[in-house]
Amino acid sequence: MAAEQKILLVDDDQNFLDVYRETLRKLPGEPAVQTANTGARALAILEAEPFHLLIVDLNMPKMDGLQVLSVARRKFPNLPLVVWTGMTDEHFRLRAYALGVDQYWQKPSNPQDIESFRLSMDSLLNRQVNGGFRGVQSKSLVDLIQLECQSLSSSVIKISNGRLDARIWIHSGQLIDAEAQQLQGEEAFREVFSWKGGNFEILPPEPERPRAIFTSYQGLLLETLQALDESKAGEATATASAGSAEETANLTTMTSLAAMSRFEGVEFALACAPEKPSCSWGLERPEPMQQWLRQVRQGFSSLGEQLKVGDLRQLSCKDQRHFITITPTGDGELCVGFQNKLSADKIRETLKTILAKWGS
Amino acid sequence: MGFLKIFSKGENRPLTRLPSGSFTIDREGNVVASTLPQSFPAAHVAQISLQVRAAFRSAQQAEISISELIIDYAALRLTARELRGGAMIFLTPLIPN
Repeated sequence: MAAEQKILLVDDDQNFLDVYRETLRKLPGEPAVQTANTGARALAILEAEPFHLLIVDLNMPKMDGLQVLSVARRKFPNLPLVVWTGMTDEHFRLRAYALGVDQYWQKPSNPQDIESFRLSMDSLLNRQVNGGFRGVQSKSLVDLIQLECQSLSSSVIKISNGRLDARIWIHSGQLIDAEAQQLQGEEAFREVFSWKGGNFEILPPEPERPRAIFTSYQGLLLETLQALDESKAGEATATASAGSAEETANLTTMTSLAAMSRFEGVEFALACAPEKPSCSWGLERPEPMQQWLRQVRQGFSSLGEQLKVGDLRQLSCKDQRHFITITPTGDGELCVGFQNKLSADKIRETLKTILAKWGS
Repeated sequence: MGFLKIFSKGENRPLTRLPSGSFTIDREGNVVASTLPQSFPAAHVAQISLQVRAAFRSAQQAEISISELIIDYAALRLTARELRGGAMIFLTPLIPN
């Protein structure tokens, strides 16, 4: 007798979970359908028992769907993964497929879509898995580091390039140290990226490793890749003319923003100025944030005039993970995202330093 | 021409000192509760509500899930907490420096 098929359905919307649990239970194989309303809960359930299909929503608080998928793909390479989402952005589709999902669905909205969804899930459940490697894709070292850090993993990445050998230590999603040749810490990290190629493997974590890198992984990756790009560009432009003044200004702004990663607890930054392209660091999708920022600044500036309470000095807001400050800077705005756990005093102090540096 | 900046600053305008207090609005913008003095103009309450609701709504549209907004003016701090579509708004007068 065949083992019972099991589906794990993950969404933060309980109504969706209830409706689709019933829909999927009625599939011909009458699979058992379990639900989870957070990413963390889903991973805990996956650890506890085997499943035949994982269906994940992308937009969830705390741990989003992409994080769940990246962990699930790594830990359960044979598990078919399906995304169902209300988000129409093509960017998410590409990222999900890059993580190795089997199918990507817009949340079904009419009976026809629901039927297609059911049939498709049924065929995935019945698909014969012929063994071998699944979901193994050509990943770059950058992808791998991002994957490990975003999924809050702890591991040691060993990189070999001929006789050269390097290691990068990651602990709970934080880049803590690197070692390459005689180099240590950030220098070693940069050295690894200067190699033209290599193989890597993931080793068990070494939590006792003392921390030698204090810059966030996004900041360090950005800086390192930028430095590499610049050195490549330098070589390329040795015989060509210099870039335009605007490009140079943008590069300077980018570098200044990336330098903010050196401040403890700073997770992203965005600089906007009217009629100029905005520059950001650490934000996956800066455009909606930039648009919101301008809208809100305009709205509250005019409110200040109506109430006669003076100029708008600063705007701050809190989301689940960040304390975000928005400071008018002449004709634009500088937005800095801090980790929520930082104390108000620490944020104030850091922001003061950042603004002083930014102004200069 | 840098000296012209002193004319464009606009900080020399007389500032209004607003009272401290708080009020709560529902998702339609109706005031549900208020600790503001009765002398506080209703038009001000309406203007503040409008901007706060617009800010929370546009944040939601941009998929930025903010729960609290703090707006610092020279003479006033507004703190708005999202409340299931409505908001609780605190007014704290500041001493302009």
